[in-house]
Amino acid sequence: MTDTALDISLTVNGERVAERVDARKTLVDFLREDLVLTGSHIGCEHGVCGACTVRVNGEIVRGCLMLAVQCDGATVETIEGLSDTTEIADLQAAFEQRNALQCGYCTPGMLVAAQDLLKRANNNKTVPSREDIRAHLSGNYCRCTGYHAIVDAVQAVAQQRAGGKK
Amino acid sequence: MKPAPFAYTKARTLKEAVALLSKHKDDARLLAGGQSLIATLNMRLSAPDLLIDINGIKGLDGIAKKGKTIEIGALARHTQVERSDVIAKHAPLIALAMPHIGHPAIRNRGTFGGSIAFADPAAELPACLLALGAEIEIAGPKGKRRVKADAFFKGLFETALKPREVLTAVRVPAADKNTRVGFAELARRHGDYAMVGLAASARAAGKGKESKLADVRLAFFGVGATPVRAKKSEAALAGGNVDAAVAALDLDPDDDVQASGAVKKHLAGVLLRRVAKQLMEPAS
Repeated sequence: MTDTALDISLTVNGERVAERVDARKTLVDFLREDLVLTGSHIGCEHGVCGACTVRVNGEIVRGCLMLAVQCDGATVETIEGLSDTTEIADLQAAFEQRNALQCGYCTPGMLVAAQDLLKRANNNKTVPSREDIRAHLSGNYCRCTGYHAIVDAVQAVAQQRAGGKK
Repeated sequence: MKPAPFAYTKARTLKEAVALLSKHKDDARLLAGGQSLIATLNMRLSAPDLLIDINGIKGLDGIAKKGKTIEIGALARHTQVERSDVIAKHAPLIALAMPHIGHPAIRNRGTFGGSIAFADPAAELPACLLALGAEIEIAGPKGKRRVKADAFFKGLFETALKPREVLTAVRVPAADKNTRVGFAELARRHGDYAMVGLAASARAAGKGKESKLADVRLAFFGVGATPVRAKKSEAALAGGNVDAAVAALDLDPDDDVQASGAVKKHLAGVLLRRVAKQLMEPAS
């Protein structure tokens, strides 16, 4: 059983999806082209820039470094899903308030990666430091902001969610 | 860019993976974490006819202490190793190296065995295995065999793995109270491949002011086609002389896109001083 196209079924942003895909199609191309979820962006296509960051089974991954066929049976969440469920509404507002974006190309990946850190910190009842935030977002390039405003926004949300504690 | 067309199949057992490799030979590639392979497919640096996905093979992702050895299954994800209590407690060098491997999204997919089998000369884990004198377990058509790290890394992206073989596990000695480890690397961006890095292990010998290091193993990465041991510096450091160890650095790195060979050699000395300090101080 070695096929160049395979049937897959998965859950994307809470909805069941069944499609036939080329084996060579990456997850981010599948999301963008087959499901028209164009919030996940394609930058470098070799795992360096982080613009395609999405969640698979709850963990963030590079959408360009995973094949769609590997997501058979998986639960995938994209920026559209995180946005619609209001899971990251506070983070989005903080990005807007602090000008943590200009062109916006990196923003979906940046938000998905930042939320991963914030969620884990919340579970562990810790508040990430600026160094923690920088280390966690090290895999996401932004060519506009110089990162300071992004770190500011993520830190502000981290403190808000911890109840204003430092 | 997009990958050239290929076929895809899942191997459910190790035996099946070996059989598929035997059947398709050089036309097939094993897909584990895919964090290097899929990038090279996207760039069309590699264009296999078939990907054999081994992610579904059960029992290859364990991390366990077995006597005086820590066994890490080839399919253990970097994140899993990073969060493992067994690793934190018994394999401190690997614990130190994990946060430097790629970025969180990469570590969630990338596998321990994949990093070893790929053998990027600037990667952290091959150097850690060399520093620890690890053993690599390999399965092939004739069953399993074990190779020492010193004999495993043969050249640029070249290892002792044969075309029909699968790397299945890595074994490193469990640390005890006399184990000393050190790790440092320099990269332009946190998580990127190192310009130069150093993974080291040693044993504390003697007591108090007489305390010395024995069995020093210094494994540099990013300075050659494979991780390399600086054996003259190891001897000097065992004698307790850091300046002599830096002066004795027998490395001859080539220029690459990151830095000239001369800069790399200078940085290797900087790292050696940092790591020597870690080795001489007992772990807190």
